[in-house]
Amino acid sequence: MHSDIAIELTDVSKRFGAVRANDKVNLCVESGTIHGIVGENGAGKSTLMSILYGFYQYDTGHIEVFGKAQYFNNSREALAAGVGMVHQHFMLVEPFTVLENVMLGNEGGKLLKEGRIAAETELKRLANEYGLAVDLHARVSSLSVGLQQRVEILKALYRGAKILILDEPTGVLTPQETAELFRILESLKAQGVTILLITHKLQEIMAITDNVSVMRAGTMVAHRKTSETSKEDIAELMVGRKVLLQVDKIDANVGEALIKVDNLTIKDAQGVERVKQVSFEVKAGEVVGIAGVSGNGQSELLEALSGITKVNSGSMIINGHEVSRKKPASPERMRIRGLAHVPEDRHHMGMVTSFSASESSILGYHNDKEYNGRFIMSRSKVRDYCRKLMDAFDVRPRDPDLKSANFSGGNQQKLILAREMERNPDILLVGQPTRGVDIGAIEFIHRRIIEMRDAGKAILLVSVELEEIISVSDRVLVMCDGVITGEVPAAEATERELGLLMTSSDAQKEVVA
Amino acid sequence: MSQSNSEMPFWMDALLLPFLNIMTAFVVMVGIFLVIGVDPVEAGEILLFGAFGYGEGIGYTLYYMTNFVFTGLAVAVAFHAGLFNIGGEGQAYLGGLGAGLVCLLLAEWLPGLLVIPIAILGAALFGAAWAYIPAYLQAYRGSHIVITTIMFNFLAASLMVYLMVNVLNDPSKMSPESVTFPDSVWLPQMHELFAMFGVEIESSPLNVSIFLALLASVFVWIFIWYTRWGYQLRTTGSNASAAIYAGIKPPRVIVLSMCISGALAGMVGVNEILGVNHRLMLDFHVGYGFAGIAVALMGRNHPIGIILAALLFGVLSQGGQELAFEMSNITRDIVVVMQGLVILFCGALEFMYRPWLMKLYLASKGENNAQEVTS
Repeated sequence: MHSDIAIELTDVSKRFGAVRANDKVNLCVESGTIHGIVGENGAGKSTLMSILYGFYQYDTGHIEVFGKAQYFNNSREALAAGVGMVHQHFMLVEPFTVLENVMLGNEGGKLLKEGRIAAETELKRLANEYGLAVDLHARVSSLSVGLQQRVEILKALYRGAKILILDEPTGVLTPQETAELFRILESLKAQGVTILLITHKLQEIMAITDNVSVMRAGTMVAHRKTSETSKEDIAELMVGRKVLLQVDKIDANVGEALIKVDNLTIKDAQGVERVKQVSFEVKAGEVVGIAGVSGNGQSELLEALSGITKVNSGSMIINGHEVSRKKPASPERMRIRGLAHVPEDRHHMGMVTSFSASESSILGYHNDKEYNGRFIMSRSKVRDYCRKLMDAFDVRPRDPDLKSANFSGGNQQKLILAREMERNPDILLVGQPTRGVDIGAIEFIHRRIIEMRDAGKAILLVSVELEEIISVSDRVLVMCDGVITGEVPAAEATERELGLLMTSSDAQKEVVA
Repeated sequence: MSQSNSEMPFWMDALLLPFLNIMTAFVVMVGIFLVIGVDPVEAGEILLFGAFGYGEGIGYTLYYMTNFVFTGLAVAVAFHAGLFNIGGEGQAYLGGLGAGLVCLLLAEWLPGLLVIPIAILGAALFGAAWAYIPAYLQAYRGSHIVITTIMFNFLAASLMVYLMVNVLNDPSKMSPESVTFPDSVWLPQMHELFAMFGVEIESSPLNVSIFLALLASVFVWIFIWYTRWGYQLRTTGSNASAAIYAGIKPPRVIVLSMCISGALAGMVGVNEILGVNHRLMLDFHVGYGFAGIAVALMGRNHPIGIILAALLFGVLSQGGQELAFEMSNITRDIVVVMQGLVILFCGALEFMYRPWLMKLYLASKGENNAQEVTS
């Protein structure tokens, strides 16, 4: 029986300073199975996986891979023992071809040619065996995200991985691409590859894993056979209490349109049209969700609405003020007109991670008279203001002087939401409000958005999480390649229908077939 | 997790680390002294005595420090906006020109008390103007400020040679210098000031510019951390896209911060031209602009740190000259080597010991925690 165990962790602990990222973790993964690992952000999943593929080294404990005790000093040693990693953010050189990427670090010999021939034959064999068809000579930059991920998987297999760790692999995929990935994982499993799947999406766990382990606060809290558990059961184990997965809401009480977008076109710095002649409205008292695979124009749309980027043609009327090419807006002016904006990427835009929480809590409102004298900005008043926001949105720890970077993702997001919502704007733009946020905070954030809707505000929600779009919005618009490809009342929307619309501009035939 | 990796207590980051860096520079220096046959202990004594041992020495040390404070602050202000101002050298040079021109033009017509403030303003304006052009090019034309500010150092040098040889030179002298200003516009030197209160100290170039330097430090401190403009500047420097999101216009911030930076560097001209030389001349600025980079790095871009780092550089300059004078084996070049080592270990290799200190700190912290758990 012992040889059937691919990975066995016994009492593995890892500490960063005072933080116990992993505390006496036990895990047993059977060979040739798909094993899910779930947990909230900061539960220690990523640390555990980083230990497994040699990026971190454990402090105490014991690891066996295929029955042999192992201590990996780096990822090379882990690969030699058969453990390969597919990262959430791909580690690919975009201008290189698939073949070059796979060979990278494994070129073999002084001249590339020999290595290339050997690699090509081996890759063709792997591709056939596992059903991983990719054009080896295509440039990675020209491949879709789903195919790039396939290259990452090939890379790991090429280097002899028998155990594959996938970190949040579906975060960037469409539902159809996700189905394709799962098909590949199934066929890998059939060939005897062991797969560790890290995710926070419970339906994926239910769909594909054989076993699931739940982590909470650095410890393993449960191991379950997937067939003997349920989504609700796992969610409760993750959070440690009962969780409401559905958002409760009353019917929308819709007023006049506060956002009117008419034939809007936006070009990026390279002159490429990212948003193409888009028209829609958002009325007071409703949440309009925009679904779509990221990178299909949603970000550009949000940035134009909030005044960050210029409009190329068409117009928008925001709270009664027209914005067009001739009448450009600025983020400052938009805020004055009653528009608040929770940006998609909080580290990139929403806050300054090196600032204290109090400094981040006035970003965009730093000229407010409340804490500004004629010349001097009162730090103590800023601190008081931040404390008020923290109280209102239950940001923990309640320390205005703590560096923004040192809050968890959920608390950073709450602080930004507090900053944007507490000024009582008429219009709220929200991008990816729950990306990298734990389940408890998701519940809270959704409730706050619905509360704002019920208070008669117009809310535009952009998210790649279809579940979130469907449960929070009243109407769903789907964007693909800069075009709105469909509108569906949220009550009637299904993930499959949205998924089709999300890829409708070019891939529809293929998906239906 | 990675964040917890980068957190060290303030005292380690701001005091212990620079201290270790300086000590490393000194250890290497001792090695060099031994190689060239100089007794390091004796050399150290001469250096410290030269810098602190007598009134004139102290005066010189503080006079050098004044220049380093100005250029250090200049680098720091730009740095907080995410800009690397390598042009302190040229801005200091032009600042001197600005101060000098005001004196040459106005000193005969107006009382000194009126000319001096105008001359200080002139220095600030010329320094700022010299920084404005690279700033504009970076903000609106996308050329890199490191490249342009370096080029502007050369432009400043050429411009000054041309002016001093062809336009502003005093025909009665053989050297490229202007006429000496009337003494109504000379900044009071410290020994004169003290003499007014009946206290006698040795004469040195130290003048009231040092108060200007301290004032500038306070200004920078308040401006960066206690005004909304400083907030905008720091936001732009830390995260430009967050700044745009917040409605801040980075190009404006770039221009503003570079102008302040250039004006601060231009203050070197006040110390040198109004305070010491009392005439326009060549090369009064050499080295201060570049040393300012090291001063700012060592001082963690904070005025208090900058004052301390500037003092260290003042000590090295004054003590080093004394050393070159006293010991035959030591030339001016060795003094430059000494400064270079400090710049190398405090600037370029600033974080060399950081990972190691971090480990040490985490280990000790870990032990404490373990003890807490067991007890």
